[in-house]
Amino acid sequence: MAVRYLLGNEGIAHACLEANVDFAAGYPGTPSSEVIDILRVQEERLFTVEWSTNEKVAFENALAAAWCGLRALCTMKHVGLNVAADPLMTSAYTGVTGGFVVLSADDPFAHSSQNEQDTRRYAHFARLPCLDPASVQEAHDMIRDAFGLSEELGLPVIFRPTTRICHSKGDVDLGEVGKEHRTAAFRRDPKQYVVIPAHTRVLHKVLNEKQPALKERLVELGYNRHTVRGSTAVVASGVAAAYVREVLPDDVSLAVVGAYPIDEEWLRDFVDRHEKVLVVEELDPVVEEAVRQVATKTEVFGKMTGTIPYEGEFTPATVAAALQKAGITPTVTFPAAAPAQGVPPRPPILCAGCMHRPTFYAMRKVFRDGIFPSDIGCYTLGLQLGAVDTTICMGASITVGSGIARSGEERPVICTIGDSTFLHTGMPGLLNAVYNGADMVVVILDNRITAMTGHQPNPNTGVTATGVESTPISLDAICRSCGVSWVETVDPYDLPVLLDTFRKAKERKGVRVIIAKQPCVITARRSGIRRKAYTVDPEQCMGCGACRSFGCPAIAFAGKNAMITDLCAGCGVCADICPSGAIGMEGRQ
Amino acid sequence: MKPSFDILIVGIGGQGTVLASNVLGEACIIENRTVRSAETHGMAQRGGSVESHIRIDGEFGSLIVPGTADLLVAFDLLEALRYRHYLPDGGRLVVNRHLVVPTSVYQQDLDVPDEESILAALADLDVACIDAASLAEEAGSILSQNIVMLGAASGDIPLRPETLEEAVRRCVPKKTVDVNARAFRLGRDAAERGRGTP
Repeated sequence: MAVRYLLGNEGIAHACLEANVDFAAGYPGTPSSEVIDILRVQEERLFTVEWSTNEKVAFENALAAAWCGLRALCTMKHVGLNVAADPLMTSAYTGVTGGFVVLSADDPFAHSSQNEQDTRRYAHFARLPCLDPASVQEAHDMIRDAFGLSEELGLPVIFRPTTRICHSKGDVDLGEVGKEHRTAAFRRDPKQYVVIPAHTRVLHKVLNEKQPALKERLVELGYNRHTVRGSTAVVASGVAAAYVREVLPDDVSLAVVGAYPIDEEWLRDFVDRHEKVLVVEELDPVVEEAVRQVATKTEVFGKMTGTIPYEGEFTPATVAAALQKAGITPTVTFPAAAPAQGVPPRPPILCAGCMHRPTFYAMRKVFRDGIFPSDIGCYTLGLQLGAVDTTICMGASITVGSGIARSGEERPVICTIGDSTFLHTGMPGLLNAVYNGADMVVVILDNRITAMTGHQPNPNTGVTATGVESTPISLDAICRSCGVSWVETVDPYDLPVLLDTFRKAKERKGVRVIIAKQPCVITARRSGIRRKAYTVDPEQCMGCGACRSFGCPAIAFAGKNAMITDLCAGCGVCADICPSGAIGMEGRQ
Repeated sequence: MKPSFDILIVGIGGQGTVLASNVLGEACIIENRTVRSAETHGMAQRGGSVESHIRIDGEFGSLIVPGTADLLVAFDLLEALRYRHYLPDGGRLVVNRHLVVPTSVYQQDLDVPDEESILAALADLDVACIDAASLAEEAGSILSQNIVMLGAASGDIPLRPETLEEAVRRCVPKKTVDVNARAFRLGRDAAERGRGTP
């Protein structure tokens, strides 16, 4: 139809439209978020789309749609698949009638993630097919095919792009957006959909029996392909295949693996024709293990021989180095280029005017010896402010907090969790903490939105993914109904009241909840809220550095003296911090 | 010879590096050329150091390897220094004469970098230093600095200036088309004037 310059995730979303997706659900997670974000703003939308409250919820909703014969998509980041793993494993048994594509985006180098796990392992674990694109164009083409493949096999299909697919752009050849949408019809069949032991034992056998045909079909689809050109070969998967092509000499054979499980006959045929094979894939040695299983006399290089790393993200330079280690001369060698030394770091930082900053400030001021479990969101950046002691996964701040408190650790425990994360998997932890009598303070950082991943709405925002007004929920009421008797909601821009609230919490026992509520400064600005900037009176500034510890990017220093830059969002908290009263709103004395 | 012309655009989250890279990508589409690019998304955007890789005529992956970029466009002096190793010796740098001191400097009590010492550390490159803020103001909006920089770099980019200007028009918000088209031309003129002078 047309060639357009698109982000990988835009290409994926467009392919879903071409494939007539009927139902899409997901939970935001970098690098997957833009897929639903694009689908939800389509003007002529003949399908259902939602941001769900977590990945398991999204998965089950989409699975049900596929059980009703619809084409369904479910999106998440790799660690989200851990949350959805329970339904994933058994959905392989029940299968689907409508096409069901599970997008789980991996993040080599953990650009925005807590680990570098490999979704292909889940596909192997669940015995489900997995597609692994090598380019933005292929991501588009695979998604377009994945729905049909799912219907043909009667199985969910896992689609595993990586960060450098999702967040790369390229010229993408697009097809026409489809206009044929289905009507949901649930066909009652307990033997398929009710996994009692008697049924599930049969379903397990059916799943295993599907495997040989599945492997052959994936070869036919052409996503696993090879070219024989010499006695040495490279086998590459996913985006690493693109880096290999950039540096591979003409006389070295190449096999590209884009679909799993890999057909052993196909792979053996290729490997057997070579004396030496180098396997190049990011993250786990999934292809390498398959190659080693079929190799009889071929020498195999890869992660297990230390030829290429297990961790991190590859580049053409990584591949060129691995080729050399394996005794293959790349077409390009890259210069050793070291970054300049002593350049001050510029890590991401909480925005000027971010509501998390005063909350962390007050928390640390009142609880000087506190332990601060935290969670996943922009507020993990509170690490820079000494306000984050633990982060492991979504929803784990309250549970880690109650675990520390109930272990007998004597210092006070004050945990922080965002509104979306609280609604994701935080709530059961709060209920558990109250039920089991933990002694701790829970701070809900309520900025009304899922900010870090790009400002997606959640049940606390008041609108759905498609902008429809939603039933208001009350975090206060949720906490109270979990059994918390002391719940205080406070405006974090009001530092005296915020400090006072923390002090009150300190005097009490049991689970205490503080809800620090103020819209995300970015969404506030976008919705037209303008606050007057603040300024420092140089006559009054004593250079004491009290505002320095606040860590706001709008506060700069000339020598010891503070000044406020044009980044100021006007939250005014620094004016309350300044002991000499040198900071005031611009234009006021 | 590598087939692609590789440009690295660097800056600070919020300065519009992604829009600048979109313009280049759109220009490639207009000229029927292939293109690959990579961007920073997610939390890294919150005021952190960001990079966009753009490979005009690229056919493989989107990542540029250090030491091999054909052009570095930096929206901030310190970011130019941070990413200068992407250029080969004597490579071309188009940099905004603008420095945002990272908060980390104040927090960790590091030496505050200054414009002169950074420019001195970049002096062995082929540098065009552009006062994007004043040109953007002249164009009509301080927010058009990214397009000023793109204009300033355009003479070094193997895409036709008319194509780039058309791509600017397609990529920026409708209300700001005229301002940004002016910003592009002012940047381009400033870089041309700068050529030949030390």
